[in-house]
Amino acid sequence: MAEPVLEIRNLRKSFGALKATDDVSLDLKAGEIHALIGPNGAGKSTLIHQIAGSLKPDSGEIRFEGRDVKPLDMAARARLGMGRTFQVSSLAPEFSALRNVMLAVQARAGSSFRFFKPVMRDGSLTEPAREALARVGLSDRANVPAAELSHGERRQLEIAIALALGARAFLLDEPMAGMGPEGSQALTAFLDGLREEAPILLIEHDMDAVFALADRISVLVYGRIVATGTVEEIRNHPAVREAYLGDGA
Amino acid sequence: MTRETAISILFVLALLAAPFAAQAMGEPFYITLATRIAILALAATGLNIALGLGGLVSFGHAAFFGIGGYAAGILVTHAFNGEPLLGGLPGTNQMIVIWITGALVAGLVAALIGLISLRTSGVYFIMITLAFAQMIYYFAISWPAYGGEDGLSIYVRNAFPGVNTLAPMSFFLICFVLLAAGLVLFALIRASRFGAALQAGRQNETRLAAVGIGPFRIRLVAFVLSAMVTAVAGALFADLNRFVSPSMFSWHMSGELIVLIILGGVGRLAGPLAGAVVYVLFEFALGGVTEHWQLFLGLILLAVVLFARGGVMGLVAGRARHG
Repeated sequence: MAEPVLEIRNLRKSFGALKATDDVSLDLKAGEIHALIGPNGAGKSTLIHQIAGSLKPDSGEIRFEGRDVKPLDMAARARLGMGRTFQVSSLAPEFSALRNVMLAVQARAGSSFRFFKPVMRDGSLTEPAREALARVGLSDRANVPAAELSHGERRQLEIAIALALGARAFLLDEPMAGMGPEGSQALTAFLDGLREEAPILLIEHDMDAVFALADRISVLVYGRIVATGTVEEIRNHPAVREAYLGDGA
Repeated sequence: MTRETAISILFVLALLAAPFAAQAMGEPFYITLATRIAILALAATGLNIALGLGGLVSFGHAAFFGIGGYAAGILVTHAFNGEPLLGGLPGTNQMIVIWITGALVAGLVAALIGLISLRTSGVYFIMITLAFAQMIYYFAISWPAYGGEDGLSIYVRNAFPGVNTLAPMSFFLICFVLLAAGLVLFALIRASRFGAALQAGRQNETRLAAVGIGPFRIRLVAFVLSAMVTAVAGALFADLNRFVSPSMFSWHMSGELIVLIILGGVGRLAGPLAGAVVYVLFEFALGGVTEHWQLFLGLILLAVVLFARGGVMGLVAGRARHG
């Protein structure tokens, strides 16, 4: 079996007495969607922050495509191919949707130290950006400033940015949050195909989406992974039913 | 062409026309006023790269303005006295050499200041840039070789090949061309990849890092470019007044540059020019009536901040658009 794209070993992070990440080990294999579920405050976003580099773990290992990424900052990890979306959308609000995606295309192309060529007339930036917008269904909103997009559209835009980055793994922090049922269904279908391109670590509260998409599920409770397994295994896991799904699930 | 570009070009042409009109009406004094506007607009255009595009509120740009001024004063003093500079290099009265020297020294100093200050943000960044500028200010005051508190006089305005720089109109045209070049540079940077990263960093630093662009290096380069442009304006300012003094380094000067940008429109192409027009005309019209003219300027600034956030450019060209 090939080595996992993303490998986390014995990761720990405390805020004072609170163990936000308590000896977490998990991995993400090529071609899979690995969902991370757990009640609010379980430390899911904290974990993503540490993987993406916006938060420093106290101890443990994070390897991305075989490489130790702990010494790298967020920008360097993004350049390696971590395509991350935020729980609360994080965009350049004055820039249009298109320009937000173009920024990712530009970053992927390598140099931001070009001072003279206007970006809007640079087909090598605008074309890939338009393609990424088209893939998430935002083509007709390309020229709208990010600040004026609806909540759901901003989530889509974040995914378009991760696509344009040419991500080698996606870290999606509640991509369905705030979307209507139709939006969620469309996004579920889209993510289903996306795993062929790059594996997805998916944090999501929408259980229909999780059960429809996940190849494996890990359950995080109080910073600890209490179970990892297939959808069936997790559905029937007694500790999980008690801690998270409730007995009626 | 966008509406903003059209209005910006209109402003620039109006500035060009003003001294000719003044000359035709036999009021050559106004040529000097237009020259002052052009120089301050260039200095603020430099700051507009850091502040307007990058959101870096430098409260220490007087340092770079003053370095440009002192580059002119020191080089020409050595040329005048026939003494070599440190390291045996000769002085010069050639403007082009002075501009390049001023810009390079300012760029170097900005790189050092930026390396430290850009690790902070917000009010800390403002205070650190202010602190560095004040250090240079007190250094200039306590440096007797170059006039200390009294500053340096430039007895004959520096030379430009093929131009009689003593003629007010010729000197205005030199300043005008440099302002135009500064505005073109600003427009190019704003539309470029570098400008995209710089502006994205102002709007959302996390987003910039999340696509893999480290904000620090982008900002450092912007800060250095910004300082270099402001330094060239400082050299022109020294030549306009034929005098340099430590007051060019003072925090009033840094504040004035920020005020120009806020009056004209933060991050707007012609914002610094519009701001400089308002500022200089106000100073001229009210300065003759009362020495407390800045009180009225303060009221205008208050009105702009409260009711017209986009400044003059916001009023005439509408909100900024980012393609």
